[in-house]
Amino acid sequence: MDQLSNLTLYATFFFALYFEVFMLVNFFEKRSSLKTEEARTLSVFPSITIIVPVFNEENTVTKTVFSLLKLDYPKDKLKIIIVDDGSTDRTPTVIKRFRSQRRVEIIRKSNGGKYTALNAGLAVTTTDLVGCLDADSFVPPDTLKKIIPYFENEKTMAVTPAIKIHRPDGFIRHVQSNEYNLGIFMKKCFSIIGAITVTPGPFSIFRKSVFDNLGLFREAHNTEDLEIAMRMQKNLYRITNAHTAVVYTTGPATLHQLYRQRVRWIQGFLSNTIDYRSVFFKREYGHLGLFALPAAIISIILFFVSIIMILRNVFNTIGNKIIEIQSVGLRWHWPKFEFDWFFLNTDSKVFLSIVLFSATIILIMYGRKISEKKTGLSIHTLYFPFVYAFLSIIWLSRAVYATAFSKETRWR
Amino acid sequence: MEKPWKNYIYAFFITATIFATAFYLGNYFSDRKIDELRATENRIALDILSAETQFALLGELSCPEAQNSVLSRELDSLGEKLDYSEEKFGAGNPEVVALKKQYSLLEIKDYMLIKKLKDCPKQPITILYFYADDCRDCEKEGHVLTYLREQYPELRVYSFDYNLDLSALKTLAQIYGIGGKFPALVIKNKSYQGFKKVEELEALLPELKIATSTPNVSETKR
Repeated sequence: MDQLSNLTLYATFFFALYFEVFMLVNFFEKRSSLKTEEARTLSVFPSITIIVPVFNEENTVTKTVFSLLKLDYPKDKLKIIIVDDGSTDRTPTVIKRFRSQRRVEIIRKSNGGKYTALNAGLAVTTTDLVGCLDADSFVPPDTLKKIIPYFENEKTMAVTPAIKIHRPDGFIRHVQSNEYNLGIFMKKCFSIIGAITVTPGPFSIFRKSVFDNLGLFREAHNTEDLEIAMRMQKNLYRITNAHTAVVYTTGPATLHQLYRQRVRWIQGFLSNTIDYRSVFFKREYGHLGLFALPAAIISIILFFVSIIMILRNVFNTIGNKIIEIQSVGLRWHWPKFEFDWFFLNTDSKVFLSIVLFSATIILIMYGRKISEKKTGLSIHTLYFPFVYAFLSIIWLSRAVYATAFSKETRWR
Repeated sequence: MEKPWKNYIYAFFITATIFATAFYLGNYFSDRKIDELRATENRIALDILSAETQFALLGELSCPEAQNSVLSRELDSLGEKLDYSEEKFGAGNPEVVALKKQYSLLEIKDYMLIKKLKDCPKQPITILYFYADDCRDCEKEGHVLTYLREQYPELRVYSFDYNLDLSALKTLAQIYGIGGKFPALVIKNKSYQGFKKVEELEALLPELKIATSTPNVSETKR
C-alpha cells in the first residue's frame, strides 16, 4: 500500500512537472516572436461590433460600456450592442443613458440565458469582427488596438485577451489575481501550441464568419465560451492569444460565489470535453487532442488519487495520536526544540515539491511580466499554490460529482 | 502542419533530469544519515568495550565510572533515530536492519553491564521491552514507555524487535520465557505479557517515584 501511494505521488510529481516544463520549453522557443507580435502597429482598422450581454447588472454595466466608448479606436469603426436579457432590476433604466450615443444600440429581450443574449446581438451584427464583453468586466483604452493586429493573419479566426483581476482586494481576490496571472502564461503557451479551449466572455474577438459558418452560440452546459472554442478547434479554426491585451474583470468577492463560478466552469469544461471527445488522440487536432485535453483529464485523475493518499496519511497521523492518547491519556508536555538535522525530511519528494513550487511561482511571474511588463514577487503569490490546491479540492470534487450525475449548474 | 514535437522530448529530458537530481539528493542524505547512525553505534560499542575491559581487569566497576561509560542516553536517541529511519527508508532496508541488529546487541551489552552494578547507591531502574510486528498494543505500550522515560530520567528502557533475526536476542527472550504474547516486559527479572498501563508500571516500580522528586508528576492531567 505504501509502495502504491509512493508510486502515485511520484507519477503526480512527474506529470505536473512535465506539464510545466513543456509549457516553459514552448514559451522560450517562441519568446523572440512574442517581441515581434508586441511591436506590430495597425494600418487598417476593420469595423467591429462588441456585444455586451447584461442580466441584472445595474451596478457594473455603466463602467463596462464607458470603457468601450473610451477605446482608442476610430469612432465609425466601433459599434456597441447592449443586450438586456430581461433584467428585473434597474438595469433597463441605467442603460437608457446610452441611448443618445450613436454608436450604441440597445436590445431588450425576454430572459433566455446568456447565450441567447449573445445570439440576439449576433443577429444584428454586420461588421467583419465581433466581440463580447461581460458586464462584470472592462477594458483599458489600448486593448482593442493590441488585439486587432492578430487578425492580419488570415487564418486567425479568434483572439483571446489577457484577463486580470482589477485592483485585487481581500484574500479571495488575491488568490484569483495570481490564478489569472498563471492563466495568462498558460493561455499564451496553449496559443503557441494551438490548443486554446476557451474564448472567454470578457473580450474575446471573433471573425463574424465563425458564426456564419459554424452556427451561433449554444447553451453548452452554461459555458458557451468553452463550447464555441471547442467547436472552432473541431473545425480546425485557429484561435490566438494576445498576451498584452489586458481586460479587467471583477472576480467573485466571496468564497461561496467563487465556488459557484468554478463548479460551473469545471463542469462546463468536463461536459464540453465529453461532447467533443472525438478530438482526443487524433493527429489532425495536433497538441490539443494529443496533449492538452488528455493532460487535463489525467491531471484531474491524479489530483484526486493524490488527495486520497494525502488524506490517508492525515488519518493515519490522527489515528496514531488517538492511540497515544488512549495509552497515556492527554498529557501536556513542552515540545522539545532540540534541532537535529537527522529528523529533517530529506526525502526526494521534498526536493521535487520545492522544484514544483518554484516552477509554479515562475509561471505566475511570467504571466504578470508578459501582460503588464511588471516584475517582482508579491507575498500573495507565495501562499497561492497552497491555498489554491486546497480550494481546488472542493470545487473539483463537486464539479466531477455533478458531471457524473448530470446536475444542473447555476449562473449565480 | 509543422508542430514542435521535439519539445515533448526536450521537456521529458528536462523533467527526467530534475527527477534524477531529486533522487540523487534524497539518496545522498539517506546515506549521510545511515553513516551518522553507524558512527554513533561504533562510538557506543567502543565505550561498552572499554567498560567491559575495565570490569575484566578489576573484577568490578566503580559506580561513577560505570555511570559515565555506559551511555543509555545516547542509546535512547539512537533508538529514536533508528525508528525514524525505519519509517523513512522502509523496515526492509538492509542497512537499517543491520544497524538495528547492532543496536540490539549494544542494548543487551549495556543491560548486562548495568546488572553488574549491584552495590551502587543509585541503582538504575531497567525495563526490557519486546515488541512484534502487527501488534496494536505494542504501539500503545511504546507510548507508555516513552512517557515514563520522559517522566523518570533514571529509567532505562531497552526495546527489542522480537522478529529481528539475531541469535543473542533469541537467547535473551528464551531466558525470560518471552514468545507468546506481545507486548512483553521484563521488570526485576520477572516477565509480564500483554499491555501494561502507566499506573500499573508505576506500581511495579515504586522506586521510580522515590528516585525522581519531580513535583509536577501529580499535576499531570489524565
